[in-house]
Amino acid sequence: MTIQVLGTGCPKCIKLMEHVHKAVEKAELQGVSIEKVTDIREIMKFGVMMTPALVVDGEVRVMGRVPGVDEIAAILTGK
Amino acid sequence: MTSTTKTLLLLAAALLAAWFLPVGSPRFEGAVRESLFMLNEYARLHVILCLVPALFIAGAIGVFLNKDSVLRYLGPGANRFKAYGVASVSGTVLAVCSCTVLPIFAGIYTMGAGLGPATAFLYSGPAINILAIVMTARVLGLEIGVARAVGAVAFSVVIGLLMSLFFRKASSEKTRTSMATAPGAPQRPLWKTALYFASMAGILVFANWGSPEGAAPFWAFVAQIKWYITSAFSVLLAVILVLEFKVGWRRVLLGSVPVTALALLWPEHPIYAFSAGVIAVGALSATGGPQLREWFDATVGFARQIIPLLLGGVLVAGFLLGRPGHEAMIPSTWIAGAVGGNSLLANLFASVSGALMYFATLTEIPILQGLLGSGMGKGPALALLLAGPALSLPSMLVLRSIMGAKKTVVFVSLVVVLATFTGFIFGTFAS
Repeated sequence: MTIQVLGTGCPKCIKLMEHVHKAVEKAELQGVSIEKVTDIREIMKFGVMMTPALVVDGEVRVMGRVPGVDEIAAILTGK
Repeated sequence: MTSTTKTLLLLAAALLAAWFLPVGSPRFEGAVRESLFMLNEYARLHVILCLVPALFIAGAIGVFLNKDSVLRYLGPGANRFKAYGVASVSGTVLAVCSCTVLPIFAGIYTMGAGLGPATAFLYSGPAINILAIVMTARVLGLEIGVARAVGAVAFSVVIGLLMSLFFRKASSEKTRTSMATAPGAPQRPLWKTALYFASMAGILVFANWGSPEGAAPFWAFVAQIKWYITSAFSVLLAVILVLEFKVGWRRVLLGSVPVTALALLWPEHPIYAFSAGVIAVGALSATGGPQLREWFDATVGFARQIIPLLLGGVLVAGFLLGRPGHEAMIPSTWIAGAVGGNSLLANLFASVSGALMYFATLTEIPILQGLLGSGMGKGPALALLLAGPALSLPSMLVLRSIMGAKKTVVFVSLVVVLATFTGFIFGTFAS
């Protein structure tokens, strides 16, 4: 599974990254790669205007807000 | 340069600065005093009653408002006229903090309604976000606060139209034709969201209701009963917390006990009860369901980001410029000479220096307060407020990478010219 966190480096994006790490740990997911996308032109290619955003396997799942750890874990495990 | 050399050079510079520190000089000591006085004044006057409720509202905007529906008006298939209108005012909802302005600008430009609406948004966004409006009006006066919001909205449309007129032939290289939609904020009926925001806006507005001398009797009357009105809005918020956000009514009641007690014990110090209320709302949202928890996190996020910057800005502004009527590091005569009165040159100087300077969120406010107190004219102050937060050297570099050097230069020039004239016109009427 590839997780990408899109954000230009504002505090909320850093917070989202933290939550993603915690969620992966909590859900005990294996073989996950977490990537940070900070270049604004790269972010645009996802069609995202509100940062931070969470992209899982190329699909935008969350945009413009920082969901809690539990919500991210639910997204990642597909529940 | 290796990091060791860098550290050594920094150390040497710090020692040199310490060596030449003008500790005995009255001007320097006065400036230090001024910066502490100004910090004290902000903490007492502006933080609890004004900044904190505004932070809660900003957090709620970030979490509970569905931004997809606003962005749809700025999308590729959007009506041109509507797009300009929406772009010029949507900063209130979309650009709660300055770091979100550039991605949205890039989005509107590359995959949405195009250059015109994108630049309109870029210009007005930083000026009309909720924290900027509230703090400008509170610290610098209602007149400049309103002029800033109205000027930003009106001139953003003008700038957007001119930009798309100048570059109507340039094909915009759209990277993607569709915007992503993600399950965003939870849906709830509009009237519920409206009521929730109205309760918080009511608290903010009436807690800060001032009665300037010579005001109309209605204003003075409202000022007399403002704490009753504020309490009524607080009760409304509490009811919403129970009914809509499913906070147990016993806990809400428990939270309101200290508030009521403090209000009855010290009616002459409403700030005690208000602080208890803020703590109660914070505690209830921090321990509430996931939605409330998200609201709390967003609010704390804004607070952590903005309060240190604001207080730092206050210290610097106080040190350099002093409180109104007090001298600090920079002599008032210099300021009055450069940006005093309301000449076109003073307005131009203010807007150019505003465009180049980088203002972290809200720091423009203490700086302007210091400048106004040192003799800056109201016109140049507005010019700086209009050109400043929209532009800075770092943001120009990002803009260049998004839309190219030529468009960036034209945009910057338009902003400077329009800010200069708006300031000039405002200065003519305001003074």
